[in-house]
Amino acid sequence: MNDGQRLLEVNNLRKHFPIQHGLLRREIGRIRAVDDVSFYIGESETLGLVGESGCGKTTTARCILRAVDPTSGEILFRSEDGSTVDVATAPRAQMRSLRHEMQMIFQDPFSSLNPRMTLMDIVGEPLVISGYPRSEREDRVAELLRVVGLRPEFMRRFPHAFSGGQRQRIGIARALALNPRLIVADEPVSALDVSVQAQVLNLMMDLQSELGLTYLFVAHDLSVVKHISDRIAVMYVGKLVEMAPTDALFATPRHPYTAALLSSVPDPDPRTVRERVVLQGEVANPANPPAGCYFNPRCEYATDICRSETPQLREIAPNHFAACHRADELALAGVV
Amino acid sequence: MANYTQTDSAAGAPLLSVRNLSTHFPLDEGTVIAVDGASFDVFEGQTLGIVGESGCGKSVTARSILGILDKPGLIVDGEILFRRRGRNSGSEEVLDLTSFDPDSSEMRSIRGGEIAYVFQEPMTSFSPVHTIGNQLMEAIMLHQDMGKDEARAMGADLLRRVGIPLPDRRMDEYSFQLSGGLRQRAMIAMALSCSPRILIADEPTTALDVTTQAQILDLMSGLQEDNEMAIMLITHDLGVIAEMADYVVVMYLGQVVESAPVDDIFHNPQHPYTQALLQSIPRIQSTGQDRLASITGSVPHPYARPRGCPFNPRCPAFMLGTCDTSEPRLQPIGTRHEVSCFLHHGA
Repeated sequence: MNDGQRLLEVNNLRKHFPIQHGLLRREIGRIRAVDDVSFYIGESETLGLVGESGCGKTTTARCILRAVDPTSGEILFRSEDGSTVDVATAPRAQMRSLRHEMQMIFQDPFSSLNPRMTLMDIVGEPLVISGYPRSEREDRVAELLRVVGLRPEFMRRFPHAFSGGQRQRIGIARALALNPRLIVADEPVSALDVSVQAQVLNLMMDLQSELGLTYLFVAHDLSVVKHISDRIAVMYVGKLVEMAPTDALFATPRHPYTAALLSSVPDPDPRTVRERVVLQGEVANPANPPAGCYFNPRCEYATDICRSETPQLREIAPNHFAACHRADELALAGVV
Repeated sequence: MANYTQTDSAAGAPLLSVRNLSTHFPLDEGTVIAVDGASFDVFEGQTLGIVGESGCGKSVTARSILGILDKPGLIVDGEILFRRRGRNSGSEEVLDLTSFDPDSSEMRSIRGGEIAYVFQEPMTSFSPVHTIGNQLMEAIMLHQDMGKDEARAMGADLLRRVGIPLPDRRMDEYSFQLSGGLRQRAMIAMALSCSPRILIADEPTTALDVTTQAQILDLMSGLQEDNEMAIMLITHDLGVIAEMADYVVVMYLGQVVESAPVDDIFHNPQHPYTQALLQSIPRIQSTGQDRLASITGSVPHPYARPRGCPFNPRCPAFMLGTCDTSEPRLQPIGTRHEVSCFLHHGA
């Protein structure tokens, strides 16, 4: 992927939440939810962002859409007209016009749809806000429902009449309403049953090839992320620890945390006997992280340098980045 | 106690035998048939996996066994036969749990004492206003003749056994002060407090991250080796099933559609639903971005159960005039392998 095709570039993004205490709400500490994260997404590419709960993947996603204001850093989005906008600092008016180019698919298809609105209202709402002509609205909603595999006749119904998988299709239709270029999907299939999860993943992949969409796919399930992503970024306690093309990340992980994560996924085959890396201890506290590499208290390869110096994300192999002092020397087991 | 090996216990009498269990929820809008004639056995020292999608009745089955059904749930048919240790050592008696009142002293001593339950959501299954220690001690003193100090020492020891660091300090903490993984460990410690013969774990790792899940699964298999207890593991995750279970029961809309040893379920599945389920999971070993095989449609609404075989509207091998008119029955097709499908035995 060359630089000219980058749709989104995130540089040194930070989001710190203050911990306030007492009557005067004095700041007594900071939770470093996102701490110096940099990555890019190419046009029509899918970047998977994985990590465990609390690692900052959702906060990263919300910063990109400016649903929360980042503490510092740049989020450069190449707009349709070719200009590059810094989403992190763009004024409100400019954000408004940018928002139709970037949309979100939410995790929970039950709480993300208003039960008092019909599908026409839900899917049509972005059209109303952007001033789409009233006369053409219904046709557009019908078309969107067809695109996601629902019948246009359902337009007058309310969300309660639909199953989880169908509701997630409604959420996707709403996200597509304004022809976005970037879709941020935050755990889009984790609330769905396995048989329905496959339908939604297939739909998202079909839409990508038809409409040339770019996805930031946030999830905790590595097998789902592997299935849909071109490249994968792994987060741990607010930092990116590894980023690589999907096959490289799974075959030759370069960070011990990634390797532990891969070996923790249970294999749906009783005949495989795998040596599992079971991590000891708990995830570090983002308000009071350990010195050096945040992963060092749980890492079996940690040495003195890991306990004193914070490793930087560096290129270990072409396009394969890892933030580990010992990335060059370790031979970590992947999944074949 | 006799030295059980897996084959011994599999050949012996089951510890728990569920026969033709049906549990209904009569509601104003209609009756929800949550469990519809389910049968399976749980053997000592083995793990029975129950797998299925949401609404398949796997949790209601577990709750029926323990007599903790939510209102207005009712067991309308079937037997739940439990082989209990007798009063004098060595003797055993077989009880039908459906014949007891859920609130009777008999049921209360079995529940928690002989059959323990680990809930899915560790956050909501502890009381937030009592310390972990108090809740553990309550469970211990309820089932065993023990004083406060003794129960406290035992509680701390249990927390140590399930791998919680600083157990004495954790005894005085509240559930919200523990992380998800530690909370689930504490839940398991509580379940183990009376050395149950059967541990029913209902989606014990679903709310946890993968690395924590790996820790909890390891813990559960370790404890099973030490105590020879039976585990009934309920989950929708086929990966967890493959790793943990000896024998698997696949449920769909309240019915057992297939049951077999774990290797047969994954390598020789015979019911179209089991086959489709296995094909639709993304695998970490897969290469390339192929389309996943998906099951068309979704699980029917409980008020709109299809006629005939419950899976017929989504089944790729649907036979008109057979599958939509009569109900298949669970019948053996191999060694300990049973399937409920007309493809294998005619109508």
